[in-house]
Amino acid sequence: MVATAEPVTRLVESLSRLPGIGPKSAQRLAYYLLRSPVEEARALAEAILALREKMKLCSVCFNITDCDPCLICQDRERDHSKICVVERPSDIPPLEQTGKYNGVYHVLHGTISPAQGIGSDELKVKELLLRLQDGLVTEVILATNPNLEGEATAMYLRQMIQSLGIHISRLARGLPFGADLEYADNITLRQAIEGRQEF
Amino acid sequence: MGAPRSYQTHAVIIKEARIGEVDKILTIYTPELGKLKAVAKGAYRPGSKLGGNVEPLTYSLLMLARGRNLDIVTQSQTIDAFPVLKNDLWRMACGLYILELVDVFTMERNENRRLFSLLLNALTWLCQSDNSEIVLRYFELHLLDYLGYRPQLHRCVICNSSIRPVVNFFGFGQGGILCSNCGQEDPAAHPISVQALKVLRLWQRCDYATARRVVLKSELALELEQVMRGYIRYLLQREVKSIAWLEELKKKLAVDNGWKRN
Repeated sequence: MVATAEPVTRLVESLSRLPGIGPKSAQRLAYYLLRSPVEEARALAEAILALREKMKLCSVCFNITDCDPCLICQDRERDHSKICVVERPSDIPPLEQTGKYNGVYHVLHGTISPAQGIGSDELKVKELLLRLQDGLVTEVILATNPNLEGEATAMYLRQMIQSLGIHISRLARGLPFGADLEYADNITLRQAIEGRQEF
Repeated sequence: MGAPRSYQTHAVIIKEARIGEVDKILTIYTPELGKLKAVAKGAYRPGSKLGGNVEPLTYSLLMLARGRNLDIVTQSQTIDAFPVLKNDLWRMACGLYILELVDVFTMERNENRRLFSLLLNALTWLCQSDNSEIVLRYFELHLLDYLGYRPQLHRCVICNSSIRPVVNFFGFGQGGILCSNCGQEDPAAHPISVQALKVLRLWQRCDYATARRVVLKSELALELEQVMRGYIRYLLQREVKSIAWLEELKKKLAVDNGWKRN
């Protein structure tokens, strides 16, 4: 077997460490980059470096950002009396795309997961409670995922926030668009019936 | 031809792990095959047909197809989703602790029907009971029994003398009670009061309906918890992870009276 040139193997090795990319895909990407104009490769390399060097966590909401506070927290047009609590930074773009929410966010960076030994100390819970101290916030929207760990986290936060007299809401649950009643699970259907709305 | 390509089984979902974007690897506990790992493809997709049927703390009827490596869940139907456990922080924490115990103590594909019914019963009791301590201790004691770790509670496991009604010891390494003499010589042995020993003896031989009638004062409940945890820690040679969460919730309960714990 003829050995491949060292720069190629190095890139292939690095690429194949990325999620979902096996050695073959990595090789294809490496050879593509070899053939593509040098500017394209440089732009990619710089984008990757910039990602790691410029990105940090917003000191207010803990979203990933390149300026602190982040653009959402800086925005005076937004309603700062509402905080939407999400598990991960990647939960924010889909919520933003709905165009329905004009408040600010708080990123927990995980969920309570007893079996993995993750309790509230590993999440940005203390930071959230601190934000609620100033009395300016009137509503907290719990937007953790509707699964076991997301529910545990939401219930825990409710217990912690309840005494502050802030309105707490939870994203509605029920049937997703494009679903089929026949295959819906018991808990989802139950919530869909309980949470039915005037039509 | 070998075994049929697909089969149906009842299962309690005890753990999930994400693989790729939308797939899950489930750890399930079944009556026929014991613990098993299976793939639930697309379970994280909104509108997935598997969706909530394959969440942990759910009792479901599953159809599985034999895979090369892991079996694949093809159909699912919830039998009991234990909504009471899922809507109560403390009960959910207890339920997760039970699931973790089953996970860490069992081997894959090892049939244990008694353990399956114990697991299912324990989750049901947890929904109904006002005293989760009794459910947890009773579950621990019988889980260990069905796995071959039944503690000897009637004679000293070292000198075989009968146990007198004084403070005796629980020898984790010896798997049972040490009389007051033998226990004092073993620094690792855990002292156990007459009351606690009586309760353990009763629970070991009675059914849950009788067990739940025991009135536990908080000191006695704490002692039983320490003894059982010590024994489990010795057998596993590590701490059960969800205990940290149980303890955190307990602490919050002590600070804030608004916390409900049963």
